[in-house]
Amino acid sequence: MYSIDCYETLKASCQTVRSEGRRHCGKPMDIHEYQAKELLSGFGVAVPPGGVAYSPEQAVYVATELGGWHWAIKAQIHAGGRGKAGGVKLCRTYQEVAAAAKSLLGATLVTSQTGAAGKVVHRLYVEKAEPFVRQLYLGLVLDRKIERIRVIASPEGGMEIEEIAQDKPESLRQEQVDPAVGLQAFQARELAFGLGLNIKQVSQAVTAIMGCYRAFRDLDATMVEINPLVVTKDDRVLALDAKMSFDDNAMFRRPRVTEMRDAAEEDSREARASEFGLNYVGLTGNIGCIINGAGLAMATMDMIKHAGGEPANFLDVGGGASPERVAAAFNLVLSDQNVQAILVNIFAGINRCDWVAQGVVQAAKNLRVPLVVRLAGTNVEEGRQIIRDCGLPIIPADTLAEAAQKVVAAARAGASP
Amino acid sequence: MSILIDAATRVIVQGFTGDKATFHAKQMIDYGTKVVGGVTPGKGGQTHLGRPIFNTVKDAVKMTEAEASIAFVPPPYAADALMEAADAGLRLVCIITDGIPAQDMMRVKRYLRRYPKEKRTTVVGPNCAGIISAGKAMMGIMPGSIYIRGNVGVVSRSGTLGYEAGAQMKALGIGITTSIGIGGDPINGSSFLDHLMLFEEDPETKAVIMIGEIGGPQESEAAKWVQENMTKPVVGYVAGLTAPKGRRMGHAGAIISAEGDSAAEKSEIMRSFGLLVVPSAAEIGATVARALSRAG
Repeated sequence: MYSIDCYETLKASCQTVRSEGRRHCGKPMDIHEYQAKELLSGFGVAVPPGGVAYSPEQAVYVATELGGWHWAIKAQIHAGGRGKAGGVKLCRTYQEVAAAAKSLLGATLVTSQTGAAGKVVHRLYVEKAEPFVRQLYLGLVLDRKIERIRVIASPEGGMEIEEIAQDKPESLRQEQVDPAVGLQAFQARELAFGLGLNIKQVSQAVTAIMGCYRAFRDLDATMVEINPLVVTKDDRVLALDAKMSFDDNAMFRRPRVTEMRDAAEEDSREARASEFGLNYVGLTGNIGCIINGAGLAMATMDMIKHAGGEPANFLDVGGGASPERVAAAFNLVLSDQNVQAILVNIFAGINRCDWVAQGVVQAAKNLRVPLVVRLAGTNVEEGRQIIRDCGLPIIPADTLAEAAQKVVAAARAGASP
Repeated sequence: MSILIDAATRVIVQGFTGDKATFHAKQMIDYGTKVVGGVTPGKGGQTHLGRPIFNTVKDAVKMTEAEASIAFVPPPYAADALMEAADAGLRLVCIITDGIPAQDMMRVKRYLRRYPKEKRTTVVGPNCAGIISAGKAMMGIMPGSIYIRGNVGVVSRSGTLGYEAGAQMKALGIGITTSIGIGGDPINGSSFLDHLMLFEEDPETKAVIMIGEIGGPQESEAAKWVQENMTKPVVGYVAGLTAPKGRRMGHAGAIISAEGDSAAEKSEIMRSFGLLVVPSAAEIGATVARALSRAG
């Protein structure tokens, strides 16, 4: 048992595992189950044999190559909860394999983790079905509270980690990894014995745990989740499912992982934003935001809400807001048809307001919606002068509060002509 | 007084000869910061901006008696630069770089613990705007002109939101002792708590504002410490009320992933620990003014 405080932080890391698994925006890097299994098996983690398929014909061919009598046909999307949503089908004949593949490919799968829009299935993983006697849970996460990697295990596999943390917290086992020496075998053994495994199974589980840790460390992962890790009748321990997320900041040294990026799984606007060095997150409101700095961007969105409006997006143009970047930001924000007004809020530190103002004036020609611009910081007077003199119907604002009020009013006026 | 840096602090620049480092080093010198040299491996013996360049931080410390460094080193080499600075015995390193792998920072934090607490390097950042002690010295990329000298301490995750706070305070005639950006990464060198402790001990600082954002436990931890240990009034603000769960808002660390991560929860925690919570981002200056009148 853990003390309450320790349990609370453990619970927080369980939630972190879940949110790492759940996010599906442009910037962080997720991969498919079959890719995670390919990587993990390279680190000694045992997985059932399987192969990827893009068509029913390929699915049947993979099944014949694998041999055996039972196959699992699994939809490959960047989200969990596929089983319950009908994304995994157990087949006994090649006809069933073909039918399952046909019904899954091109279908939209809505799981507990995809959001209401769901995700379209473009590829399948055909796996030899392995009968098992126990389902375990294994998760590794970079825990920002302890600033270390934390390994979490539970004998209650098959349930989502959130549910385990909620319903069976006493079943959770955890180890923290000292970055100076890495995960030690004794820690993996303690976890494995804690799961109630016999000695044959323990040695296999230790291999799986150590393999997941090495993959985590050597590939710059932020999350590895094996749920379930199953025990077969003949004492083998296999990763039946696998999920991995990676630290986007480390991808410069991980070409093997970068190759696994699936553009179809990523929000096209967010992907386009990252090409221009912009950070964009689409939301549901009608006020487009172009701001420098993530903190100021969030605060400005909060101010819009405070003034009675709803932001359409988060967008950080970053430190060097060149005219090209500002133009790209406008294009991106305007590609959202819900946008009825735009607020530009730039607090120039490295930037100069006059330079930013020139970019804004260039980009704002032929704008279909009202535009409010607030400039502050370096060369603010020159910047404001350019906005005043440009002859475009730009609404100037001096403070954050004024900017938020003006853009909310402009959006309302535009929405009800 | 001020915390971390003042006009006498001897500063070197790591990655001295790069474009960005050159630009900001000039600004720092113009502000009055005592920049005594820089480090660029392979360019030792030359000079840049009228200051000597060294191959290693150890050489720079030996020749210039530098005690602090600001690092403009690209992400792949940033962890190495931080460990080099710590090993050379610098008291303070400010790292501006955005995009350092999280596991690298994890290793850096572990490395710093090799040294006894009294000799341990304080790392500010990464992914931050730096440190400024108004009217004395600047180690960062902020526009120095937005701050006036006064008696409020500022510690902020975000750079530009820290500027916004400085500007709102200046408009009300309120100045600062020191403003620190701790950066938007999930693992950072020093936390809100580390700097609140320093502000508590600084006789010139009468009140402190702490500007947080969604994600991570640091704001709540610091708020708890404030209630138990701090004699000065502390103002709190958390950006990201409108941020959806599970999405990264620009900063690598700005993501709501666990209980207590959201702006609403953090604000409530701050309030429950007796901090003066800023009602909206436009009222940062006004709330600090209220805190100062409370401080007397």
